[in-house]
Amino acid sequence: MRAGAALALPRRAALALALFVVAMLALPLVVNSYIVSVLVVILFASYFGQAWNIVTGFAGQLSLGHALYVGLGAYTAAALFTHWGVLPWIGMLAGVVVAGAAGALIAALSFRFRVGGVYFALLTIAFAEFTRILFDHFGWVGGASGLFLPVSSRAGADLLHLRGSPVMFYYLLLALTLGALTLTHHLLRRRIGYYWQAIREDEEAAQALGIDVFRYKVAAMALSAAMTSVGGAFLAFYENNLYPDTVFAIGRSIEIITAPIIGGLGTLFGPVLGAFVLTTLGEAMTSLSSGFELNGLKQWCYGAALLLIVALQPAGVWPWLRARLGIAEVRR
Amino acid sequence: MLYLNIIVAGLLTGAVYGLMALGLSVIFGVIRVVNFAHGEMMVVGMYAAWLIASRTGLDPIAALPLVTAGLFLLGYALQRVLINRYIARPEHEQFLLLLAVATIITASLLMGFGPDARNVQLDYAYDSYQLGPLLLDKVRVLAAAGAVLGVAALWAFFKLTRTGKAIRACADNQTGAQVVGLDVKRLYAVTFGIGAACVGAAGCLMLLLIDVQPYIATDYTLLAFIIVILGGLGSMPGALLGGLLVGVSEALSGFVVDPSLKSAFSFALLILVLLVRPQGLLGRA
Amino acid sequence: MKHLVSRRAFGLGAAATGAVLAVEGRATRARAATPIRIGSLLPRSGFEALIGQGCQRSVEVAKKLLPEMGYSFEVIDADTESKPEVARTQAEKLIRDGAHILVGAFDSGQTFAIAQVAEQNGVPFVINIGSDPAITAQGYKFVFRNFPTSIMLGTNGLGRFNDLFKATGTSPKTAVLMHINDTFGQSMLKGINALMPKLNLPFQIVETIAYDPQAKDLSIEVAKAKAAHADIHMVVTRLNDAILMVREMVKQRYEPQGIISPGSPGMYQTQFLKVLGKYAEYAITNVPWLDPKQHFAHTFEAAFTKAYPGEVCDIDAGFTFEGIMICADAYKRAGSTKPEALVAALKATDIKDRVMLGGPIKFDEKGQNTNLPSACVQNRNGKPTVVLPADNAELKPVFPVPGWSKRS
Repeated sequence: MRAGAALALPRRAALALALFVVAMLALPLVVNSYIVSVLVVILFASYFGQAWNIVTGFAGQLSLGHALYVGLGAYTAAALFTHWGVLPWIGMLAGVVVAGAAGALIAALSFRFRVGGVYFALLTIAFAEFTRILFDHFGWVGGASGLFLPVSSRAGADLLHLRGSPVMFYYLLLALTLGALTLTHHLLRRRIGYYWQAIREDEEAAQALGIDVFRYKVAAMALSAAMTSVGGAFLAFYENNLYPDTVFAIGRSIEIITAPIIGGLGTLFGPVLGAFVLTTLGEAMTSLSSGFELNGLKQWCYGAALLLIVALQPAGVWPWLRARLGIAEVRR
Repeated sequence: MLYLNIIVAGLLTGAVYGLMALGLSVIFGVIRVVNFAHGEMMVVGMYAAWLIASRTGLDPIAALPLVTAGLFLLGYALQRVLINRYIARPEHEQFLLLLAVATIITASLLMGFGPDARNVQLDYAYDSYQLGPLLLDKVRVLAAAGAVLGVAALWAFFKLTRTGKAIRACADNQTGAQVVGLDVKRLYAVTFGIGAACVGAAGCLMLLLIDVQPYIATDYTLLAFIIVILGGLGSMPGALLGGLLVGVSEALSGFVVDPSLKSAFSFALLILVLLVRPQGLLGRA
Repeated sequence: MKHLVSRRAFGLGAAATGAVLAVEGRATRARAATPIRIGSLLPRSGFEALIGQGCQRSVEVAKKLLPEMGYSFEVIDADTESKPEVARTQAEKLIRDGAHILVGAFDSGQTFAIAQVAEQNGVPFVINIGSDPAITAQGYKFVFRNFPTSIMLGTNGLGRFNDLFKATGTSPKTAVLMHINDTFGQSMLKGINALMPKLNLPFQIVETIAYDPQAKDLSIEVAKAKAAHADIHMVVTRLNDAILMVREMVKQRYEPQGIISPGSPGMYQTQFLKVLGKYAEYAITNVPWLDPKQHFAHTFEAAFTKAYPGEVCDIDAGFTFEGIMICADAYKRAGSTKPEALVAALKATDIKDRVMLGGPIKFDEKGQNTNLPSACVQNRNGKPTVVLPADNAELKPVFPVPGWSKRS
């Protein structure tokens, strides 16, 4: 388990992670395209969840407007591609800059004016909604009529232009998710990770210890926003059409945060597990309720399941599963 | 002259918004739980009023006491059974809990009532009062009057009755309240019930103005938050003032600027208030 | 040695996995030669549930009526939940469950997602309702649309204005345009602005007012419109806002010569007529409609009204029905469920006995049916009625319309 030691993971954790990676790499080869499409949904959810986890799970600042960064990343990359043929990878970088700046700005403004807790959460909603309405009137990106990316054959896997089959996107998103996992793991073991957790646990004490609370909170937000925007860019090239009312929607912000909370806020693997649990739950509910001809039954069951999970495992499913599997917590 | 009409219309609608937001303010001010199922509770009130109106022909204003009582019981039960355990929990857990409740409510309404927009056919729906140059919509005037009465009644409750004072004591100092022997758990449940009752009353009045269907709730939860932040969390006159402000600003911005930018204006206003004066206009710092 | 996973946990996990796979597996078991399986995707829950459930009614009528005419098919229903991601996964699921052809989905975003899935899997997709022009401009080989694009809607709809004025001997000079500010509204607006100068209409649009699709109160917008003092009130709406708007117009005593839509939903829908009663009368919508001169349209409408009394058999009902019919008809001619055979059959579609106004159902090289004219449909006696073109009309148009206080 030398690799495990190099990553500073306890044995079981390393083994479990290895199993997970191998399984995920092999899956598209054995399942049908419906399952692949569901897996793509899961990977998007887990990646967005991981990005959000940084600012809320690690640094403890509740953001309810993360759809803003999805949208900024998506629209920047898509608009540059559609109007000027800019490669998606470059457009993605541009999106990172835009979203990172937006996140930093919102965080800086809020924390400079000492807006925290619930008020901060509402502020993030306000910014997201404001931007949504603005984009509805933004002609260059299509306004409310939407932005359409030119679609070409999805037979091949054109990595350069991000034109390809769902399987191609699956592997790209898998790489993204694993990358996020690695990044967050390393960050947590560095000073910045410790500072974030200190701020989350007791901001005043952290301040008293000399930590520049403001700077690290803004950094968390900026990083989280930047990471989210990368996922947004991929989303744009996967779906090939963008409307402000779906991309910036508050419903999307809520969807982004449900997976990591269910999985385990502040844990490394929580957002990934949460994404699996929730999406599978959703599909299972759809299958179950499809025989009943009662519209709304699926959502009802989904809400009830959510309620059960929150009531029984408020810290998330991953800590519970981790304990059952006997995997020790990664040394902080 | 047109401006005057518009401002007055905004004020009338704003009064109902204020009553709706009041429930949220009360709940957060006392229990410090952020009720993300607020809009959904109002929609339940609206459907209840509609059901009564369609079965018995009773005007929603007449049905108000019944609906209010019903929502009170619902809120009381919800708090006692479910929410009580989450009071000291982190915000994101409360959020998810109430989000789950909201999802269940909306899905139940869709299953029970279907997606059609429901409304009440009032005889006086198209009447208006003429006051000089002002053309006042009768329905709006009645709704606003109801809202103002509701706010006044609540204010009286908190200022004058024993339970009201006890609740305020809990809000000010929970430990102290327990020390003097107040049953904090019961009072919290009563408070949530009152918040729900407020929003139920607002629902009856709102049914006079708009049609109800299962999916309108989220917009109103958001609106309630904007109003409560503007006016100041925990301040009752603040909620009313916030409501009036939002009503007028929406009306004016819609008229002066592009109507489709109305909401953008409200959000911009919210951002401004949060940054400059987060305790709201009438809130305590 | 302690097990990595306890036996109990493993057993539970295996059971759960088995359950899920069983649910999925039952659908892919081999079947004997079956009639064509049509996968129908509609938003039956979520914020578009009203329209989706309405369209579903038409699908139910199709399931009973079409077999009586010799068509053999099976429909698998799916709910897109008004979300594009769900539309995508459900389309994939339908294909896994053995659907040979897909039909749907009302909303442009969801339809676009399904089109991509269909094209990728090589499964034909017939669009029953969805007006975004971009969908048939992508060069897809498997996508067919029997519904006008918003450009067609705009052109045909605006064209009817002239016919209306000619038929009633009127000539309004000014119009105010109120439109919903969403995807549909903006595309219609673009179309209208582009077409106005080309169509030689006698009136000018003196004011354009956009409103938020989420608006619960249109008093300001209507006040603005009233202040423009225009002859006619042109609208691009959906259902709830149409109701709000007309209510406000009555309250504010705003009486233009008429309320005319160049091709948007709302004013012909059941809810609008039920809620506004006498105030819904005389509203005009220029939109494709059921053809009163087609025998088959009457058969369909009779079956629909019998199964769902109180519901208006409108453009959505008609096109949803035609969507299923097109799929069943293609299979009948192809004689096989193979995609290439179905696509060839679809390309050769030529259905004369149809429900909606217009010539036989045919598709051009891009898969679009371009022969879908708009009728002038006016609410009369609580029912949307075709008043133009004169050859297909059931009643003569009334314009200018009586004021609010004169309604009975």
